[in-house]
Amino acid sequence: MSDVQTLQQGRSDGAALAIELRGISKSFGPVQANKDISIQVAKGTIHGIIGENGAGKSTLMSILYGFYKADAGEIFVGGQKTAIPDSQAAIAAGIGMVFQHFKLVENFTVLENVILGAEEGGLLKPSLGKARKLLGQLAKDYEMDVDPDAVIEDLSVGLHQRVEILKALYRQADILILDEPTGVLTPSEADHLFRILKGLRDQGKTIILITHKLREIMDITDTVSVMRRGEMTATVKTRDTSPEQLAELMVGRKVLLRVDKVPATPGKTVLEVENLRVRDAQGVERLKGVSLDIRAGEVLGIAGVAGNGQSELLEVLGGYATGDGVVRLNGQAIDLSGRYSDGRSRRASGIAHVPEDRQREGLIMDYHAWENTGFGYHHDPAYSSGIFMNNRALKQDTIDKMERFDVRPPNPNLQAKSFSGGNQQKIVVAREIERNPDLLLIGQPTRGVDIGAIEFIHKQIVALRDAGKAVLLVSVELDEIMALSDRIAVMFDGQIMGERLPSETNETELGLLMAGVQQGAA
Amino acid sequence: MDLLGVLQILDSTVRMATPLLLACLAGLFSERAGIFDIGLEGKMLMAAFFAAAFAAFTGNVWIGLLAAIAASLALSLLHGLASITFRGNQLISGVAINFLAAGVTVVIGQAWFDLGGRTPALEGAGRFQEVTLPFADALAPVPVFGPIYAELISGHSPLVYVALLFVPLSWWVLFRTRFGLRLRAVGENPAAVDTAGVSVVALRFYAVGICGVLCGIAGAYLATGLAAGFVKDMSAGRGFIALAALIFAKWRPWYALYACLLFGFLEAIGNRFQSIELLGIAVPSQFMQALPYILTVVILAGFVGKAIPPRAGGEPYVKER
Repeated sequence: MSDVQTLQQGRSDGAALAIELRGISKSFGPVQANKDISIQVAKGTIHGIIGENGAGKSTLMSILYGFYKADAGEIFVGGQKTAIPDSQAAIAAGIGMVFQHFKLVENFTVLENVILGAEEGGLLKPSLGKARKLLGQLAKDYEMDVDPDAVIEDLSVGLHQRVEILKALYRQADILILDEPTGVLTPSEADHLFRILKGLRDQGKTIILITHKLREIMDITDTVSVMRRGEMTATVKTRDTSPEQLAELMVGRKVLLRVDKVPATPGKTVLEVENLRVRDAQGVERLKGVSLDIRAGEVLGIAGVAGNGQSELLEVLGGYATGDGVVRLNGQAIDLSGRYSDGRSRRASGIAHVPEDRQREGLIMDYHAWENTGFGYHHDPAYSSGIFMNNRALKQDTIDKMERFDVRPPNPNLQAKSFSGGNQQKIVVAREIERNPDLLLIGQPTRGVDIGAIEFIHKQIVALRDAGKAVLLVSVELDEIMALSDRIAVMFDGQIMGERLPSETNETELGLLMAGVQQGAA
Repeated sequence: MDLLGVLQILDSTVRMATPLLLACLAGLFSERAGIFDIGLEGKMLMAAFFAAAFAAFTGNVWIGLLAAIAASLALSLLHGLASITFRGNQLISGVAINFLAAGVTVVIGQAWFDLGGRTPALEGAGRFQEVTLPFADALAPVPVFGPIYAELISGHSPLVYVALLFVPLSWWVLFRTRFGLRLRAVGENPAAVDTAGVSVVALRFYAVGICGVLCGIAGAYLATGLAAGFVKDMSAGRGFIALAALIFAKWRPWYALYACLLFGFLEAIGNRFQSIELLGIAVPSQFMQALPYILTVVILAGFVGKAIPPRAGGEPYVKER
């Protein structure tokens, strides 16, 4: 496809431009994050910027918000050439930004966060009064209700984001940039956000939405720009494109968006869980009697909003939390008290575990890749004898794994933290899957992973299933659950709300179960 | 014990609490902005020396006070340079300042005055004199109220009143002004301040500067109000006690006042009752004098409930990619 041609298509048809960037370049040391990027964003539109992790989307927007200074290039705001040396200048130019990681002061109230940096005069009282009035108005206009006196840390993540948007609106932003806004939201919170964004657009605001989720782009943007490896590869009207085309532009090759798999042929029962209960450190019951079973050659997907007991389920099955109840693996009861078992004995019994948080539980970020690929299995005679590690074997094994799993760069001597999220995850998945376990526990397998790596990891999970293994998949991404699972169990408040077959359910039904609405009650 | 005895102890409590209070508020400003400062001790000591030295040279205690503030401020800026500009470790910088002050004061003192690290004894205008509040003498004979006013409230060094005034002032600045909002924010989440278009570095330097000024006043009070001249190591761990009081006070100005009064009270008791008998057992005077330090340990060991420090405390701010 001709980039120039698509750029022409995407050009707004004579409408006024809110933002125009010309020839923006930015390097961090040897890494060129943005290469000669030009983009036009029409006023009163929702403009999506899509690209894999590390494609340079966030860097570009940080330049626009004055967080970084571009090495070259010009910025035009509303047709005027504008220098944006710092965030203050961006705010003055009417640009507001909602970062992926919110920039809120946790123990301040909503009001205090909203006025911070935009106070009027030296005393707080007048500013607080004005903000209170304006917040009431905005709540009415855009259904953005927030208690102005609530302290941030008592609010949900969805409300945190709303406060960030209110912050930008309080500063009279006409152009609102949102960086991966739905990553932390439940489906209904995301829908609400999109309603707010559409309302803002209809009021004449311009919205720039950075995301790597194709569905969001298709749902709410008017125009979409695609970035790949620091370059802008295309800008197209959303209605003239398709998810497949965008995915190809993002990755640079054809990508299979659907998971290709044959129907499951379940065998004998591998995992049986009966009435599993788990209490956390505060004594709160997190799992309230969970029962489930998984058969060989089958993927059981656990859907649910984060924090409804899925993490605890993985932790207790993985052997690093304790619980009450009965868990049998291949008919053998597993000790849940923690007195006679731990992660190591779980692994020895045939359970492999890809934890939800790869950076905290899956890897040691300061260790090299070759140390991480052996970790947890370092007692294996292939890697060690007695107290001595066989580092050479470990390294060679890592090189092989990196090749099979297409880890980039394929250098076993790099620290885990030097890899991108997708490649870190591939290292963890390679370590666990290649042990050929009877049961794979896998949590959030593609969180923060780019689309090319998602495809790869999904294929590996399906391959393991087809090899006759049992897979317990936990994910907050409903798409992922629907695509991979042979059966879906929905968790809410530490309980299984129900089980469904992917072919006989839909997102609406699952969404209701995830919200704790029992069948028939809705 | 009669009323006069009680009043004398309370009077002494106020005196002893004053340097703690000033240092505690100094630490409060710094730590609220996210800069831990275990160099309060060193700054006080340095300030005490320069206050005494310049008061001795000029015979004017106000010049001594200015010199004290300047000396303490210089150390503060050093701490700021190390921990804000160069993003060094705040604890190490603080320890370095404490060592620096302990050594430099004695060496310069010996060079200037040749008295083994002391400064000459101050007298007259070289010391802060007691301020007699209006009508103190006239009201003294009034029963109960008279002695309280004349003994306890009146008759302190001006710096005592300055320190007490700083409590409501600090509260007002921190919780009622734009500067205070930003200062507290920068200690909790500097990224929020940065993205709001406010300079993190400038805010933290202001905070460290305020800390320096207050430590300077605290040090000047030690050498020219409480004592009459500088003696080696005369801060005697007060900077650390102030830090304990700060934790006890949960980083709040009014609580800081109460915490410092408590420590001051223990110090006053220790000074007054060199030997005391409790239930027939003689409590050694060393124990009485160690009371404030024992309480410090108890507080730092976390026996006073959960104290949540400013969340970004101790961490240099680096822009995220």
